[in-house]
Parts: sequence; structure tokens; C-alpha cells
Amino acid sequence: MFWEITLLLLIVIAGTSGELCISRAMKTVGEVKDFRPAAVFRVMVRAIQVGWIWLGLLLSIIAFLSLLGALSIANVSFVVPVTAISYAAGTLGGKLFLGERVSLQRWIGVALVCIGVTLVFIGRS
Amino acid sequence: MKSSSNLHAKTALLILMMVTFGPLGNALLGKGMKRIGPITIRALPDLFHILYQVFTSGVIWLGMLSLLMFLLSYMLVLSWADYSYVQPSSSFAYGVIALWGHFLLHETITPIRWIGVLTICAGVFVVGYTHPRTTEHN
Repeated sequence: MFWEITLLLLIVIAGTSGELCISRAMKTVGEVKDFRPAAVFRVMVRAIQVGWIWLGLLLSIIAFLSLLGALSIANVSFVVPVTAISYAAGTLGGKLFLGERVSLQRWIGVALVCIGVTLVFIGRS
Repeated sequence: MKSSSNLHAKTALLILMMVTFGPLGNALLGKGMKRIGPITIRALPDLFHILYQVFTSGVIWLGMLSLLMFLLSYMLVLSWADYSYVQPSSSFAYGVIALWGHFLLHETITPIRWIGVLTICAGVFVVGYTHPRTTEHN
């Protein structure tokens, strides 16, 4: 149970941070309008020149290895839904560390996610 | 008008690819890792042995290919669409992963876990449809 929770925490923290870094990098690259393979390749070449993408990829690799570890000891229909708790962690982090004003609607969404994750935990077969 | 509908069409297509390939990749990784069994690392050679098992598994490579397709779709869609739009739209992935788990991996999913998964989908959807900026710019 200790390793399961440690791996789930690593998936959530490293995964969310990695996604935000990749999002930031892709906004720097700009909108993709041409989907021909050569054009997509050029976009990827531009993307790998942005520092944020490398940090994002490193964090994503950590999250990926943690996911592999978690999947070796628990069901995929348990592991992946439980990682949705990242929405609650992100909202709490935004409120506490970034001074964001979280709307009632967002708190309701976060509460639904927490209830759902709790039910998934309770419903472990 | 035409460019707006084109934008919607390509966004919908890429979100559909994300919702398909992401959960499929996770399901295939789950299948591969279940074949390998629980990981126990007591010494460094154990780690190399596990990595060897992981990277010589065809199912895990298929899973990684599927996740690569997911990542590519995700990066492309984020180049024009808002994160706060893409994120709720992809909330259905949590439902899809439970379906893959049930039908592909034959996992037993209790009714209470199904309700939990659907509640998570609803919660993620609601979070995503809130205003993306809650702080004022000076």
C-alpha cells in the first residue's frame, strides 16, 4: 500500500508539472496549421529548441516510470482514475501558492473529482 | 466562417485521437506490466533486469506507440486550443480507460468503481468549464 500511494503521488505531481511545461513550450512554438508529415516534423524540431519541452519531457518520463511501477501492482481501471486527484492538487496549489481566486463552480468540480476518487478507492475489487 | 469550422473540426479530431490513444496506451501498458508481475528492486541488477523485461515486451511497445500518438495529438491541439478547453474535453478518457480495463484486460470493475469513474468524468468536466483566469492583471 505504501509503494502504491508513493507511485500514485509521483504520477500526479510529475505528470501535471510535465503537462504544464509542455503546454507552455507549445504556445511558444505557435499554432500548427499544416499537418503534412514534413511540416509536423518541422514543428517538432522547433519544439525541441524550447527549454520548457525538455523539463516537461523529463517530468513526463518520471511520471511514466512511476505509472509502469503502479500498473505492475494494481489494475489500470484503478490507477488511472485515481490520478484525477491532480485536479484537486492543482486547484489547492493555485489557491495557496499563487493566490488564485477559485470559483464555486470549480470547487464543485474538484469536490466531484474527490468523491469519485474516493468511490474508486472504496470500490477496489 | 470556413476557417472557424475547420478549426472546430481539427480540434474535435485531435481530441478524439487523445481520448482513444491515451487510454488504449495505458491499458496496453497495464497488460504488459501484469505479465511481468510485481516489481521488487533489492539491488541494481534487479533494475536492469526489469528494464530489460519492460523494453523487450511487444505489448508495452504497442502501449508506448499509442501513448506517443496521444502525446503528438496533445501537443498539436495545444498549439492553438486553450488548455482550459482541451482538458475538460478529454475528461471522457477516464471513462474510456475503465471500458478498456473491463473489455481488454477483463478487470473486475465493481458498480461502485463505475460510479466513481463517472463522477470523476463529471468533476473534471465541471473544473474545465470554469473561467481560465481567476487573478486580475495589473
